[in-house]
Amino acid sequence: MSGIPHDHYEPKSGAEKWLHSRLPIVGLIYDTIMIPTPKNLNWWWIWGIVLAFCLVLQIVTGIILVMHYTPHVDMAFASIEHIMRNVNGGHMIRYVHMNGASLFFVAVYIHIFRGLFYGSYKAPREITWIVGMLIYLLMMGTAFMGYVLPWGQMSFWGATVITGLFGAIPFIGEPIQTLLLGGPAVDNATLNRFFSLHYLLPFVIAALVIVHIWAFHTTGNNNPTGVDVRKGSKEEAEKDTLPFWPYFVIKDFLGLAVVLVVFWAIVGFMPNYLGHPDNYIEANPLVTPAHIVPEWYFLPFYAILRAFTGEVWVVQFASFITGGIVDAKFFGVLAMFGAIIAMALAPWLDTSMVRSGKYRPQFKWWFLLLVIDFFALMWLGAMPAEEPYASLSLIASAYWFGYFFVILPLLGVIEKPEAQPATIEEDFDAHYGKKSEATPAE
Amino acid sequence: MLKKLATGAAFALALIPAAAFAAGGGEQHIEDFSFSFEGPFGSYDQNQLQRGLQIYTEVCSACHGLKLVPIRTLADEGGPNLPDDQVRAYAAENFSVYDAELDEDRPAKPTDNFPVNDALGAPDLSLMAKARAGFHGPYGLGLNQLFKGMGGAEYIASLMTGYTGKTKEEAGTTFYENTAFPGGWISMAPPLDDEQVEFIDGHANDVHHLAEDVSAFLMWTAEPKMMARKQAGLTGVLFLTILSVLLYLTNKRLWAPHKGKKTS
Repeated sequence: MSGIPHDHYEPKSGAEKWLHSRLPIVGLIYDTIMIPTPKNLNWWWIWGIVLAFCLVLQIVTGIILVMHYTPHVDMAFASIEHIMRNVNGGHMIRYVHMNGASLFFVAVYIHIFRGLFYGSYKAPREITWIVGMLIYLLMMGTAFMGYVLPWGQMSFWGATVITGLFGAIPFIGEPIQTLLLGGPAVDNATLNRFFSLHYLLPFVIAALVIVHIWAFHTTGNNNPTGVDVRKGSKEEAEKDTLPFWPYFVIKDFLGLAVVLVVFWAIVGFMPNYLGHPDNYIEANPLVTPAHIVPEWYFLPFYAILRAFTGEVWVVQFASFITGGIVDAKFFGVLAMFGAIIAMALAPWLDTSMVRSGKYRPQFKWWFLLLVIDFFALMWLGAMPAEEPYASLSLIASAYWFGYFFVILPLLGVIEKPEAQPATIEEDFDAHYGKKSEATPAE
Repeated sequence: MLKKLATGAAFALALIPAAAFAAGGGEQHIEDFSFSFEGPFGSYDQNQLQRGLQIYTEVCSACHGLKLVPIRTLADEGGPNLPDDQVRAYAAENFSVYDAELDEDRPAKPTDNFPVNDALGAPDLSLMAKARAGFHGPYGLGLNQLFKGMGGAEYIASLMTGYTGKTKEEAGTTFYENTAFPGGWISMAPPLDDEQVEFIDGHANDVHHLAEDVSAFLMWTAEPKMMARKQAGLTGVLFLTILSVLLYLTNKRLWAPHKGKKTS
């Protein structure tokens, strides 16, 4: 499966041979688990395992929650409280599921930014990157619909605002919005279809995760140097790599365990910190909350959505040349989805021949600024739509697009990269010392 | 390695607080009451919850319901922890519920929930302590919630003690000025007076103390399993920490043959 030469599974006993000639599943598992992995992977590479764990965690806790939840506008809110009060261990399962979504997004954002820094999106890993972006989009859809299910005030008004975005699309927007809602407004039909999709999409994500893993197992992992594993012979490859099991499984589990200490402390001691108090008020179509704010993981893109108001000249210009078809609302929607598409296009926007940001002296700073920009947008997304937040949002949004569409293409041309190590082995030994030097005669 | 692990963890942690948002609400003044249930080791004060129940029953229940709270949970450990017979007597004495089978009202039983009470349009209080956040700052980041808690109980207590005594009439409704209420004017008349509720053990019953007790009780109605949750939290954190240490040692040993002395 992998392009890196390594040992493959050889059936030995008669039974093994019998199975292998009919269904080579043991071989598939062996090759997947024993894949040669660059031995210089650093701690930013643990988040893949954390993400896999999150998906399983959310599916398992979710399936249990569904056993006690009632998807009906009159009963949904009370059924959540039934879980919190009457179901054995229900309060923990529900809090784990709630905060599990946040852990999922913490992990996915670190995972994405790791890819952006070390150039994991560049050839030959474009498919891995694109599939990853699809997973991320599905995660956002799933999380959004999941947040509607408790039928609190933020559930209801969040659903109203977000489905309203689709209504901003010219011509086809309104039919799409009606289809999403199952009627003219957020109501029982909306709750039911969101419930159905919230249960379905995680399994689509699981399938895409398999494709994601398949893709990068074909190309091999990227690594902090961005230098390719030597593939000339098995001996050469073994100098650059170690098998995934046990080396990286144990390392990743260590990372996961430390992450879970923090996660469990949040679940145990402050489970509502990341939520919004208004969602403990039952949905009421007649009372609009003072501030409608999405969950934290949507805030950066929510800030971009709101940044492009009718007063921004770019918006006015777009409106003018399209004869008013692209109005401020639609422009905001385009900008929000465009911000995510910009990330997905990174493999083709980045012109640099060097993968890893480690060896790109200017890129490093622009990247750091992008990270800061991301946090700034997150903060701005939670602020009311007024000055100075509106102007700041516009600047921060402009940088997001500038990074992908101007800086990435230009840097590849003007930047002079530093020398990269010739091999992964060289990088590893430079860091840990050569094995022979370090282990003196016994 | 630990240093890098720490950087990773720090990055993850940095994401979390930045995540906490809070829509700030005007010039509210929320006093930071010190409750026994605050912090990872804080627990409900059983006597305070019982006093709070008495205040709710004698005062608040006139207008507010607790429709999501089963009366039997008053006997729960980690809650008011009343004896079963007292819970039965309490239910029967104080509330009557409509029974669909009998087609008439009957005295409440422990298996019933507290009754709905929306006759005057007053909000249900079951989840009130979680439906309000007392603290939002600094700059709307919500970081102070890490130290002070969400502040739901503080909000309720501040509301009880925040009346200035000023009133105004608008469209036939009287509004009372309150320093804790968003917007500053609330339609609920000051509900608590000094010595309004007499406690059997002679506990202090000025407005400040009554406000504190009833807020603690409403925190319990909103989060009845808090004690069990913190217990599970502590156990989980301890065991996961031990697991982390074991994995750290395993990992170190596993990689040792492939690593020389660290040079940088």
